Amino acid sequence: MPARMLRRALHGLGLLAVFLFAVFPFYWMVSSSFKTQNDILASPPLWLFTPTLDNYAQVFADQKVTHAVLSSLIVAVCSTGLSVALAAPAAYALARYEFRGKADLWFWFISNRFISPIVLALPIYIIARNLGILDTHLVLILIYITFILPIVVWITTDYFRSIPRELEEAARLEGASQFAIFWRVYLPLGAPGIAVSSIFGFIFSWNELLYALVLTRRDVQTAPVVATSFMSGYELPWGKIMATGTVIVLPVTVFALIVSRHMVRGLTMGATK
Amino acid sequence: MARTSPRLAYGRWTPFWFLAPAVFALALIGLYPTIFALVTSFRQYNIARVRDGFPFVGFDNYVSVLTDPTFWQTLGRTGFFFLCTMPIEAGLGLAAALLLHRPGLNFLRALARVSLVIPLATTYAVVGLLGRLIFNRDFGVANTAMGLFGFAPLDWLGNPTGAFVAIAAMDVWQWTPFCALIFLSGLSMVPVEIEEAARLETGSKWALLRQVQLPYLWPGLTAMLILRSADVLKLFDSIFTMTRGGPGAATELISIYIQRVGFRVFDMGVASAQALLLLVLTIVLARLYIRFLYREID
Repeated sequence: MPARMLRRALHGLGLLAVFLFAVFPFYWMVSSSFKTQNDILASPPLWLFTPTLDNYAQVFADQKVTHAVLSSLIVAVCSTGLSVALAAPAAYALARYEFRGKADLWFWFISNRFISPIVLALPIYIIARNLGILDTHLVLILIYITFILPIVVWITTDYFRSIPRELEEAARLEGASQFAIFWRVYLPLGAPGIAVSSIFGFIFSWNELLYALVLTRRDVQTAPVVATSFMSGYELPWGKIMATGTVIVLPVTVFALIVSRHMVRGLTMGATK
Repeated sequence: MARTSPRLAYGRWTPFWFLAPAVFALALIGLYPTIFALVTSFRQYNIARVRDGFPFVGFDNYVSVLTDPTFWQTLGRTGFFFLCTMPIEAGLGLAAALLLHRPGLNFLRALARVSLVIPLATTYAVVGLLGRLIFNRDFGVANTAMGLFGFAPLDWLGNPTGAFVAIAAMDVWQWTPFCALIFLSGLSMVPVEIEEAARLETGSKWALLRQVQLPYLWPGLTAMLILRSADVLKLFDSIFTMTRGGPGAATELISIYIQRVGFRVFDMGVASAQALLLLVLTIVLARLYIRFLYREID
């Protein structure tokens, strides 16, 4: 059956094209991070070369970079942790209670997903300057809650809804308070949802540039800001830039692969299942 | 006495206590700054000229924004960017989704599917840096690819059209997988029996797509259109690191422009007025999004 073989081959080629399309720029970044400056500047570009770890040695010796990675880590962990602490009870209320204004509240949470960071960056900059908290971890942690909290609310509400109501009623018959029900029944059973949304929170926070760029100066530059800062001067240290890029992107890629099944829901706030 | 109805079995204020922390936090860090921006937008507020004070100037900032041709050009450019990238992303995404949905070659399918996550997770700022390497005039691979098809090398980022194409290309790389995954989840919603029956009935892939699969793809397409248009209004990181809006203003989309007015011209009053107009546009989009896609929730 040559026609069927041909179709199978075309299918395979198509899938291979999809794979190469998705992976190529990433591969190019990682492979460039192992090239010497001369190899990077070669024209036409080199596909085969002797790899070097010099760029990584430079990156890890550069306190600016290690400091920035640490800052990013602090900001991402704290803002995600705080968002989960605030959002989980709210998600429980949205999943299980009926009250007036629920639809409006829901809309308000979700609409934060749409707001351009520049809208908040302007006033936050002035407010933070007046309060003297520019260039601190605190200001970034607080502002990142605006986009992490909605995603945690969405995904967690969805998980809480899928928990059978009978469990709640059984707990109530045993005399458990509302808070105890949330704490002992919903939180443990909704843990997967909280984990998935935390990973999204971490990824979004780690990747954020605009707020970090305008709200920090020297002390708490995050990793994307530092990567950007190498892009000045006459001859750019491409190897070092690509090594820094790899160091920044690798952890979030690993996280993203863990939640890859939920990727679409995370990015659309669950509009498509 | 707690007013507890037997069916609901909780106090009237119970939901309030669970919601209060989140609502209070979002109001403080999301709503308060928005109101602050609203007040700022009615003031002359140049942080490079603090000595002038920050007097109220009524609608002056809004008038100057709405009569500023650059603002409209930037908005138009942002819309044009969306019109250029969205069809490509949706088209390539649909093609990829159909390939991934087709039975057979399980390993290759799983591999291709997982690889789609990589562009989506890549830090936007790093995408921009990568774009500068790939589209470099002297040693970028984009020019190697051009050479394969017999075209002369181009100074991509040095000319307005080239730079616009380059940022669009990086956007297509990053967001085509998003469209592919959404379409794929739409395709997997088609009941297996219906799809099988249709496959037996017609040999035409096109008929299958149009008559059986398409109805399941609409909701995803709507989500894509609305979310991507909101994202284009937010688009900042990758363009900032790739071109800073240049050369000239060729790649200056709306967020980049407002950032320039606010943080490089330091005119916070005008920038706030621009940002609030952007916010209004965004809220309209968000309303549409929720009306179309969250109908079952309330």
